[in-house]
Amino acid sequence: MSHIPISVTVDGTTYDSEVEPRTLLVHWLREDIGRVGTVVGCDTSSCGACTVLLDGQSVKSCSVLAVQADGQSITTIQGLAEGEDNWHPVQTAFKECHGLQCGYCTPGMVLATVDLLGENPTPTEAEIREGLEGNLCRCTGYHNIVKSVQYASDLMSGGAR
Amino acid sequence: MIPVSFDYVRATSVADAVAALVAGGEDAKVLAGGQSLMPVLRLRMAAPTVVIDCSRVTEMQGITDAGDSVVIGAGTTHHEVMNNPLINEHTPLLAMATATVADPAIRHRGTLGGALAHADPAGDLPAVALALDAVMTVVGPQGSRDIPAAELFTDYFTTSMAEDEILVSIRVPKLGPGWGYHYEKFQRTAQGWAIVGVAAAVQRNNGTINQARVGLTNMGPGPVRASSVEQALTNAAATAESVAAAAQSATDGTRATSDLHAAADYREHLARVMTERAVAKAAGI
Repeated sequence: MSHIPISVTVDGTTYDSEVEPRTLLVHWLREDIGRVGTVVGCDTSSCGACTVLLDGQSVKSCSVLAVQADGQSITTIQGLAEGEDNWHPVQTAFKECHGLQCGYCTPGMVLATVDLLGENPTPTEAEIREGLEGNLCRCTGYHNIVKSVQYASDLMSGGAR
Repeated sequence: MIPVSFDYVRATSVADAVAALVAGGEDAKVLAGGQSLMPVLRLRMAAPTVVIDCSRVTEMQGITDAGDSVVIGAGTTHHEVMNNPLINEHTPLLAMATATVADPAIRHRGTLGGALAHADPAGDLPAVALALDAVMTVVGPQGSRDIPAAELFTDYFTTSMAEDEILVSIRVPKLGPGWGYHYEKFQRTAQGWAIVGVAAAVQRNNGTINQARVGLTNMGPGPVRASSVEQALTNAAATAESVAAAAQSATDGTRATSDLHAAADYREHLARVMTERAVAKAAGI
């Protein structure tokens, strides 16, 4: 099976690559370009650990072929901060509210939250829980994750909540 | 797991996709949003020789007002469907049911056409298409033809589309004035599949139900139209009692199965209870 050329912008850098059509986006991110902040969780589309933003929308990168991302732009957890000391407010909120236990689901939770708050800057608790229904935390740390999203909403909307 | 090796064709038009499908033969697979296909590939439940990506075919995109109906490109994502003003105004039952499909990330990729063509008995949208008398436009090497929802779903994961045909658009007749709607879904986990689902649209005139449309999810190999319930509700009093009585016949014509989520008789119980709830909510009772 022939390889297909793709050109994908990841966290602001454009990568030209040749992939087998069957290569999953998450595997290309991790193995071809070393973006290992994006993790593989369930491998069945359920857990959301591998969530990235594809042209600004949250997607499960285990459920997208790398060839499908050709010409598009991806944000991973490693591209969210503006620099070492300039975290994204959602990252700050997860740290401040301890929105993680083992941390494995965190990259996906954070990116799903960025997408959620982009669509709905001041979600209710129910809207947060529904908005993150595609992301599972097997430590069951949901309570602090919801608090983190609420705090991120405050940070991003200047306390409008 | 990693899918088996396959060739990849990125179609740029419907004609292009059909040609690739004909050339690919029986082991070709059409990719739209891929949210059902990718898990199937990863689990190696399918081993296509070629995957034909239709996600960039512009003819399969877009939502247009066609007078008495709304025409939705098969490649329209669930996220676009549930947020589209035309759909929310003219066929809100579809928007409401779509909002219950999977989770936000999957709704960003998954498509209406893909969900219908995949014909999963636990999928929410086939029952809605059936209840709303949607019509599918499919294109094959012989040209285009229309398939009413009532003739589309033939068995588990099986439709009346030929192997070399592609679903291009879905025409959903508009609900006129006086219609209410509701999609009731029973699931064990937040983003889980429907154990049973009920799509209801009810046209009410003061104290009377003029007519009702009811479609059932996961009560057989495909979606089921609850015709006995619809007949019982025609010109019925818009009361909780008459809705409850009509809902007792929700299992007529169903063929519920037992699996690890629910036994058949439990599904039948759910169908009756949830039909009552869905119709009552749709009728504003």
